[in-house]
Parts: sequence; C-alpha cells; structure tokens
Amino acid sequence: MEPETLPRDVVLADAEAPEQTSSLWRDAWHRLAKNKLAIAGLWFMLVLALLCFLGPFTRHLPAGLRPAGLAYSYQEQDLNSRVTPPGAKHWLGTDQLGRDLLARLLFGGRVSLLVGLCATGVSLTIGVLYGALSGYAGGKLDALMMRVVDILYALPLAVFVILLMVFVGRDLKLLFIAIGAVEWLTMARIVRGQVLSLKKQEFIEAAIALGLRKRRLILRHIIPNALGPVIVYATLTVPGVMLLEAFLSFLGLGVQPPMSSWGSLIKEGADWMEDAPWILVSTGAVFSLSLFSLNFLGDGLRDALDVRASKD
Amino acid sequence: MLRFIARRFLETIPVLFVIATLTFFLIRLTPGGPFDKEKTTTPEIRKALEARYGLDRPLALQYLDYVKLLLTGDLGPSFKYPNRSVNELILGAFPVSLELGCLSLAIALVIGTTAGLIAAVRKNSLLDYSAMSLGMVGICLPTFVLGPLLVLVFAFQGKWFNAIGWDFARDRVLPAMTLGFYYAAYVARLTRGGMLEVLSQDFIRTARAKGASTRQIVFQHALRGGIAPVVSFLGPTTAGIITGSFVVETVFQIPGLGRFFITSVFNRDYTLVVGTVLFYATLIIFFNLLVDILQVWLNPRLKLE
Repeated sequence: MEPETLPRDVVLADAEAPEQTSSLWRDAWHRLAKNKLAIAGLWFMLVLALLCFLGPFTRHLPAGLRPAGLAYSYQEQDLNSRVTPPGAKHWLGTDQLGRDLLARLLFGGRVSLLVGLCATGVSLTIGVLYGALSGYAGGKLDALMMRVVDILYALPLAVFVILLMVFVGRDLKLLFIAIGAVEWLTMARIVRGQVLSLKKQEFIEAAIALGLRKRRLILRHIIPNALGPVIVYATLTVPGVMLLEAFLSFLGLGVQPPMSSWGSLIKEGADWMEDAPWILVSTGAVFSLSLFSLNFLGDGLRDALDVRASKD
Repeated sequence: MLRFIARRFLETIPVLFVIATLTFFLIRLTPGGPFDKEKTTTPEIRKALEARYGLDRPLALQYLDYVKLLLTGDLGPSFKYPNRSVNELILGAFPVSLELGCLSLAIALVIGTTAGLIAAVRKNSLLDYSAMSLGMVGICLPTFVLGPLLVLVFAFQGKWFNAIGWDFARDRVLPAMTLGFYYAAYVARLTRGGMLEVLSQDFIRTARAKGASTRQIVFQHALRGGIAPVVSFLGPTTAGIITGSFVVETVFQIPGLGRFFITSVFNRDYTLVVGTVLFYATLIIFFNLLVDILQVWLNPRLKLE
C-alpha cells in the first residue's frame, strides 16, 4: 500500500550537507523553471492572489484615477441594477441583490485562498508530525497509528467536516481547522513511508554509527530528505482543500453572507443559473483556473524534485 | 485465498465497530436534536417523542441498546422519516445511486483508459499533451461547477435534456456525465502513469525486439501491469461513487443515497447518520478487499497476505 519512495540523492549524506543541499534545490528550481505550464501556474496564482488582496481596496482610490468597474464594495447593494449582465458599469455583472460580482469575486478569492493556505498548513502540521512519529517509532505504536489512519480512511470525510462544522459553529478560523483536521491522512502516510525508507538507508546507519546526535540526525538528514514529497503533496493539497471549502460553502456551511467565497458564489451561480448565468460562468472559470494552476505547479514540482512516490 | 478472505472478513468486524461507536458519539455530542426543527412540537409532545425513541435514557444505555440492535443487522428507526427504518431508507435509495454510479464509472473507465493509453503510447506528443490537459480540466471542474454548467448548456440553451428529474432514460445522461467526467480525468492520469512505467521495462523491449506490433505490446503485454494503479484507485472510488454524490443529487434532484449523508447530519437523524456511515465503510472495506484480490491476479508476483 505504501508508496515506495526512493531518496532523491544519496550524495546528501555527505558531511558537507549545506552546500550540497542548496545545489540540489537550485537544480530543482532550474528544472521547474523549464516547465512552462508550472511556471505559468505559479504566475497565475501570484497575480490572482495580488488582485484578490488589492481588489477590495480599489474603491478607496480617488474617483479620477479609478475605472468605473472598480468602484464597488463586496456587500454594497445597488437595487436599481439587480441581475445586470456584464457591462461597462459592472464589469462582471451583478447578482440578485445588485452586488457587484467582480468585487465579490475578488473578496471571495481572499477567503478561498486563505482557507486553502491555512487548512493546508493545519493538515501539513498534523500529517507530518503523525507520520514522522509513526515511522520513527516503528513496531507496535506504528502498527496502531496506521490502523487508526486506515479506519479514518474508511469514513466519509465530508460527513465529518460537516459534523465538526456543526459542532464548532460557522466560524472562518474553525473552517480551515476542520478541513485541515480531516485532510492529513495521505500526508501522514507519505511522511511515514519516507521516514521508514530513510531509516533503512546506509547513510543514516553510517550517521548513527558515527555517533550523530538524534536532533542533528533528524534535522540534517531525515527532514531534508523527506522534504521533497512533503512539498509536492502540500502543493497538491491546496487545491483539494479549496475544493472542500467550496463544497462546504455549496452546502451553506462555509462563509456566511454577505461575505463571499468562491464556493458560495458558485452556489449562488447555480441557484441563479437561469437569470444570471454569468455568476456561475465567471466564478467557475476563476476557480477552475486556480485549481488548474495549482495542480500544474504541483506536478511541475514533483518532476523537478523527482519525487517518485506519485500518488497517481 | 479462502483463508485470506476469511481473515480479512474477521478483521472487518472490529473496524466497523469502532466506526459505529465513533460516529454514534460524535453525532450524539453535537448540539441540537432530531426534533428541534418541528415548530409545532409542544414540550409535552417532544418529551413523548424522546421517550418513544429512548432519548431520555442515559447515553451509555442507549449506546448498548443500539449496539445490540446493530448486531441483529437492524440499523434502527429513522428519527426524521416517521415509521421508516434506516434499512428501508438506505435500501430504497441505494439502487438509484448504484445505477448512476455504474453509468458514471463506465463513462470514467471508457474515456479514462482510452485517453490514458493513447497518451502513454504517444508520449510527449501533441496528442499526449491535449489528452492530459483535458484530463486536468476534468479534475479542476468540480461536480458543483460542471453539473450546473451542463444543465445551462444542454438543458436551458440546448433543450435536449431535462434540467432535473430521474424519470426517463435520458435523465441519466447529464448526471452520469457530471460524475463520470471527473473520475475519467483521474483514470486517464493513472493509466498513463502506470502504462509508462510498464512500457519502460525490459520485457517490453524484448517483445519489441522480437517484432511484436505496438498493438500487441500494449494489449497483450503491458496493459495487465499498466492498469494496476487504476485498479487500486477503483477500490475506494467505486464505493464512493455508488453511494451517491450529494452535489449531483441536489443539482439534478435525484432520489439517491448521497443526500442522506449530508441531510441526516443536519436533521440530527442519529440512526441514519450512523447507518449511512456504516454502509459506506462496509462498501469501502469490501471493495478494498476485492482490489487486493484483483491486484494479485494482475500481478502474480504479489501474494495475498
């Protein structure tokens, strides 16, 4: 079951680790830079994040400097122009309450991207700690811990996020903790597999034989070697988490109005599909393009870091 | 083989027990109750209802009673749907989800393996890139975007299909496409990866040297090993797909099982929550077992253990 992972580079075992490490990362960067799709994805996400961050401030610009389409706040209702198709005044149109879709889209992007990053952080922390402990401890503890993961795998996770959300209330901070709390299983397995295969490597045995302290062994040799797959899988977790957030918002469990997230906008778009198809189309496009970019970036990183433990 | 199946079967029982217990206490500790939403209930009626379902007794006793009930194969009465048992509800909705799931899976397998095989054989060609980019689109268009979009294009603009409903044969097309396209994307990626790995092995080179055609190599030599990743993927996926999708069932108004997973939690329909979770877990475990057996058949070097 475990994705067998080979260490990328045994040269890392060399005592001059710092320099070797940096050249390994530089190599990886060069390989990534050649991957046009991955770089395009990276740029797209950076620009989108910047837009989402700056977007909600544009309406404070002096009127002369500010194009007409950027004058709206995400919650301002213009009851005279409800359900307006995209045009000069509202670039992406408005919704049933006359709120500007562009403003809502950019604001929602903040929420979605933030949840994506924070929930990934939570799942990364739990997964890495759990997996590393399990792999490092070995024996009965390892068997028990992996059995727990197996059991959790057999549960419909969406049900559990919903239970957690109902349990703790509909708060944004709790949203990403709830998502992170159910999304760590695969990460734990990957890290455990890494640690297990590293433990058997000769350079680790050599390091132990040379009397290296545990702390140094873990910091210098185990973590840098296990990092590649972790980075790759974390990158691929971001779109997964964003999907889950969108799904929860689709159920009405995510952010509450008047706030928006891409998921809640997609839900709105689906509800108002007949009268205002532009909501679904433009939000769906931005959301899918983000997932597209993040997945391409993740795939590119996997190739660049030469991670063999591909999940797919 | 039989011993293997028997042992796995025995292992299943404690796992299901843990899952039932975990779910039972999680949903019971969640604030709110099954009769909260009924506005007409006076405190007296409510008390009577709670007494009838045994909700006034200590939680530990309720749990013991529930476990006894489960051991007889009875998932208990539903709280939300009066006079209906959870067994009835699940068995009533499951055929719909099963039908939709099988159709979607068929779409996913036909499109996915074809695209994956073509991409692997013509590696790094334009065909490869376009097939795989299309696959990525499938992964990045979640069902709650794709479903409404398909309705928009084919039901509202095109008028070829009904936007909602599950009455005629053609009502199956859009939901099955919505679900199937997503999985097709994964299947395509897995097929491509698995085939590339096998095609780079020595025995393929030998076959080529002996003059086998590409067709022979792909279908007679490589396919059996190359689809191993797809088979492992299909284990949990089949269980997931035939138990229904809440999104697809909501978008198309289909009376399937998927909606129970979500609505039962909202309704605090305690027995239905545990029932659906147990049903799902049983299917997951069953299909994982099936996959393990299939893997050994596909790759005789593996052993059942």
